[in-house]
Amino acid sequence: MAKITMRQAISQALWEEMERDPQVFIMGQEVGVWGGTYAVTKGFYDHFGPERVRDTPIAEAAIIGSAIGAAMTGTRPVAELMTINFAFSAMDHIVNEAAKLHYMFNGQMVLPLVIRTVGGGGRQLGATHSQTPDAVFAHFPGLKVVAPGTPADAKGLLKAAIRSNDPIMFIEHATLYQVRGDVPDGDYIVPIGKSTVQRSGDHVTIVTYSKMLELSLKAADELAKDGIEAEIVDLRTLRPLDIEPVIESFKKTNRAVIVEEGWKSFGVGAEISAQIYEQAFDYVDAPIKRVTQKEVPLPYNRDLEQMALPQVEDIIKAVKEVL
Amino acid sequence: MEKSEHLNLYQQMVVIRILEERSAELYQQGKIGGFLHLYIGQEAVSTGLISARKPQDRVITAYRDHGVAINCGLSAREVLAELLGKATGVSGGKGGSMHLADVNKNFWGGHAIVGAHLPIAAGLALGDVYQKQDGVTICMFGDGATNIGYFHEALNLSKVWKLPVLWVCENNQYGMGTTVERASAVSEIRLKADGYAMKNDNVDGMDIMKVREKALEMIEEIRSGSGPQFLEINTYRFRGHSMGDPERYRQQEEIRKWQENDPIGIYRKYLMKQKIASEEELNEEDKKATEIVEDAVHFAESSPEPAAEELFKNIYVEEGR
Ligand SMILES: Cc1ncc(C[n+]2csc(CCOP(=O)(O)OP(=O)(O)O)c2C)c(N)n1
Ligand SMILES: [Mg+2]
Repeated sequence: MAKITMRQAISQALWEEMERDPQVFIMGQEVGVWGGTYAVTKGFYDHFGPERVRDTPIAEAAIIGSAIGAAMTGTRPVAELMTINFAFSAMDHIVNEAAKLHYMFNGQMVLPLVIRTVGGGGRQLGATHSQTPDAVFAHFPGLKVVAPGTPADAKGLLKAAIRSNDPIMFIEHATLYQVRGDVPDGDYIVPIGKSTVQRSGDHVTIVTYSKMLELSLKAADELAKDGIEAEIVDLRTLRPLDIEPVIESFKKTNRAVIVEEGWKSFGVGAEISAQIYEQAFDYVDAPIKRVTQKEVPLPYNRDLEQMALPQVEDIIKAVKEVL
Repeated sequence: MEKSEHLNLYQQMVVIRILEERSAELYQQGKIGGFLHLYIGQEAVSTGLISARKPQDRVITAYRDHGVAINCGLSAREVLAELLGKATGVSGGKGGSMHLADVNKNFWGGHAIVGAHLPIAAGLALGDVYQKQDGVTICMFGDGATNIGYFHEALNLSKVWKLPVLWVCENNQYGMGTTVERASAVSEIRLKADGYAMKNDNVDGMDIMKVREKALEMIEEIRSGSGPQFLEINTYRFRGHSMGDPERYRQQEEIRKWQENDPIGIYRKYLMKQKIASEEELNEEDKKATEIVEDAVHFAESSPEPAAEELFKNIYVEEGR
């Protein structure tokens, strides 16, 4: 066990998997000579060489498309999209190919593919570079969508993703790379499709994931000062969604706040609250609340951007409203 | 060309240079956020190119857009104010460095998704053709952008529909840290236009007069109905891709060599050698440029932040507009 950053945890997972399995290689823009735009693959190019650490042209469709092809021949590519905003340039290959091929050809084709990418706002990058469209990707059966909120989960889930035989979107958060946490050494695997309780409490259930876990934990600490104990369920995987721990917690607290960074309309919170109403209607003591980004493209100006993004205070307020 | 026009172009280049240097400082002071891509080293490209356009000619570019904005006639004040996210910025502080635009000056932006503005450029030209206007659309993009599908779709469409576009590749030798050779099947990028049977040429982007001359020739041919043309302009960015670039991918020696061909120095020498302007006159322009930028810094710093209600404005077009 060591206290390391999210960046180091992800880097470690990639490194160890590449050492373990020669079929694993990485490709993407600036992953090699540059060392990764978020410095995740620093040192990889010198150690593993240009065959296994492949700098690509700026060509997202070609990156994902060719990774799909290579994956179907038995290699295990980890294809990086510099940010999730550029995934839209590869949408056909993610949605119409990666998510469909195994099913459509009745299981003949197998694509052990990881698409590593980075989402989230809060860095004043403007409307096109700050999105959190996780729910968009979670919409498609055939694709798995993973979004870790702690360094340990990042390592364990990435290793699981690389060993999985399904196409997986692995969504990191741009403002979590510096976050530190205890991470088990060596072969540490966190199963994909398993939610987890990150904090126990009896009064309210907060359902969240990725960056919003950090904010929810802060809100819970504040609430505890007022004697309110929040239970926090971290989804970790959006598809396949593991709703059990959410329902279990809700049956105990009877109240829920769902916190996500993306937009409210048709989002993660919409799905979670619908499932709670479907599966635990008799336990509902208050309308479920959602804390999300305001329904605007994110502006550049710092104050406006922060106004649009969910804040710790918003979570505290929502919790107090459902109590 | 009139002397006053030369001095005007020279001043534009110096304004861009100083504005970029000041922006870098403001970025380091935390007054500019997000990504900041400087145009230092490439000033002759857009200054020469855009000096060749007529008012009806549209300009569209990528995120490395501060210089292009100045050349299109936006003031240093409104550019810097946008960089600082102020209400007085060209995009009201909502766009930032990568998203400058002023459609009244026929400058259609600053676009941050690599290559995405190329099909849009084809569309601007389509709009002109459809409405029987004689404008030419000047579309600028980097070498790296020629490797994405959008580039090829846009070139093909423009040729098939004979759209009045001047495609301009600013080949500054790198897309982030990747050299042209490592990312593009052909290093001489204009050869890609051959695949679409499109007339193409290249020019030294450190020499404003050469850029201007070539651009004038191509724009007027396009206006006369030649269909789209392609111009590769060779240049170099003296700074990192954006602020905070560790620049592990290139040697200081290489940067120094290119800096010997400083586009502002080259123009200065030309103006003096041709006896168009004296050293004193050029120094005077440098002084004026410094004043313009300092005034802009003051303006931007003392401008108000956008009001909170701006957050929800312009998501959709207002009724009755
Ligand atoms: C579709 C897409 N992919 C990746 C990026 C990230 N990115 C921004 S600039 C850039 C390099 C572009 O290089 P080039 O076109 O040569 O322009 P230059 O920066 O040299 O002016 C990359 C990869 C992006 N903005 N959009
Ligand atoms: Mg370039």
